[in-house]
Amino acid sequence: MLSSRSRLSLLLSAALATPALADEVQVAVAANFSAPLKAIGEQFTRDTGHQLVISSGATGQLYTQIRNGAPFAVFLSADDTTPAKLESEGAAVKGSRFTYAIGTLALWSPKSGYVDGEGAVLKQNAFTHLAVANPKTAPYGLAATQVLAKLGLTEAVAAKRVEGQNITQTYQFVATGNAELGFVALSQIYQDGKIKEGSAWIVPAALYEPIRQDAVLLDKGQEQPAAKALLAYLKGPQAAAVLKAYGYRQ
Amino acid sequence: MTLSAADWAAIRLTLELASVTTLLLLVLGTPLAWWLARTRSRLKGPVGALVALPLVLPPTVIGFYLLLAMGPEGWVGQLTEALGLGRLPFTFAGLVVGSLFYSLPFVVQPLQNAFEAIGPRPLEAAATLRAGPLDTFFHVVLPLARPGFVTAAILGFAHTVGEFGVVLMIGGNIPGRTQVVSTQIFNHVEAMEYPQAHLLAGGMLVFSFVILLLLYGRRGRSAWT
Repeated sequence: MLSSRSRLSLLLSAALATPALADEVQVAVAANFSAPLKAIGEQFTRDTGHQLVISSGATGQLYTQIRNGAPFAVFLSADDTTPAKLESEGAAVKGSRFTYAIGTLALWSPKSGYVDGEGAVLKQNAFTHLAVANPKTAPYGLAATQVLAKLGLTEAVAAKRVEGQNITQTYQFVATGNAELGFVALSQIYQDGKIKEGSAWIVPAALYEPIRQDAVLLDKGQEQPAAKALLAYLKGPQAAAVLKAYGYRQ
Repeated sequence: MTLSAADWAAIRLTLELASVTTLLLLVLGTPLAWWLARTRSRLKGPVGALVALPLVLPPTVIGFYLLLAMGPEGWVGQLTEALGLGRLPFTFAGLVVGSLFYSLPFVVQPLQNAFEAIGPRPLEAAATLRAGPLDTFFHVVLPLARPGFVTAAILGFAHTVGEFGVVLMIGGNIPGRTQVVSTQIFNHVEAMEYPQAHLLAGGMLVFSFVILLLLYGRRGRSAWT
């Protein structure tokens, strides 16, 4: 019978003795894409044997961590500016950057029948709070402000706007009913090609600049074939199918 | 590099929030701390533990439950709406309610320690001199517990100034209404506006140090009582 302490030390030494697997990829991913990445990762592991170690967070926070020596090999950003910035600062491999997903903006309420298919609910302006993600930091927030500007409603809703720090918090404000409706990512309210619950207006792409989410190979991943394999996999048909099911385009 | 209007608004709002919260907590926390210090009730343990909860809970937990409770489905939200007050999230009043929970132990515990340190003797002496309970409280307990009140006020104020998670969850980042310094720093960092972030964050650091220096420099080791 081993004491719990010596059992623990045995476990620890076993864990430390296992050589770091060459086919393990450390991925930093924007929180909004962590669920689809897990789904893609499972197929990726099945097809290639490589494992993903996923760290999700806010894009700006991940950027700061990468610039300060975080051990990530691949970065899947929620925008297209942060990977470009990393590349220009020499923290990412030149020429490895590409758009892995294009996000879709949706105006959503958990109440069924509240949001109509044309977004007329915005013009009727009968709500108390409209949740929008911070346009300075969240691409969906920027897209939402572009939509409001295109519809000429920026002024009309200004006093009713509440801001989520990111698209997750924006969703939370709406899902808990504290804001009647809000601009969220289609991926948050979409399952198997349908709106999960409530009512939504899938905002036409013409009303906002494309929400490009770019991926980039980081310096730490430069010598890792598995990291390159993951980036290639993200461009492939298996990834495309997952993207579509989650409300993104490739 | 200077502070923007939004930064100044955040600073003003933070000071307002911390002042209102500290005042309310001193008023509400004094009877609670007094009860905790004096009672032999079996409820002392559970109540003391409840008061201490914000010390160990992540602020996001408090914020998340407040958001649910104060929302249209939550009992607090239904209560405030029934009273004609509307709903609390995204308002200054909502931040005050959140801060009351968040900073509660920082005010109640120093007061409780101070009351306990007085011991039964001065109270017995006051009673033999026929002082009524209120008279005793205002003329015996309050002067003796004065350092405890100072500590409670400083800690309550400083802790509310540093509040982040709760505000993030229930605030909605509205300039002048719910955007405080800590969330404004987060905004700047997230937007990669490091110089502005440095100004506010550095200011916060200096402020916190000065506050703690006031506290610990005041009476050396016995600063907590």
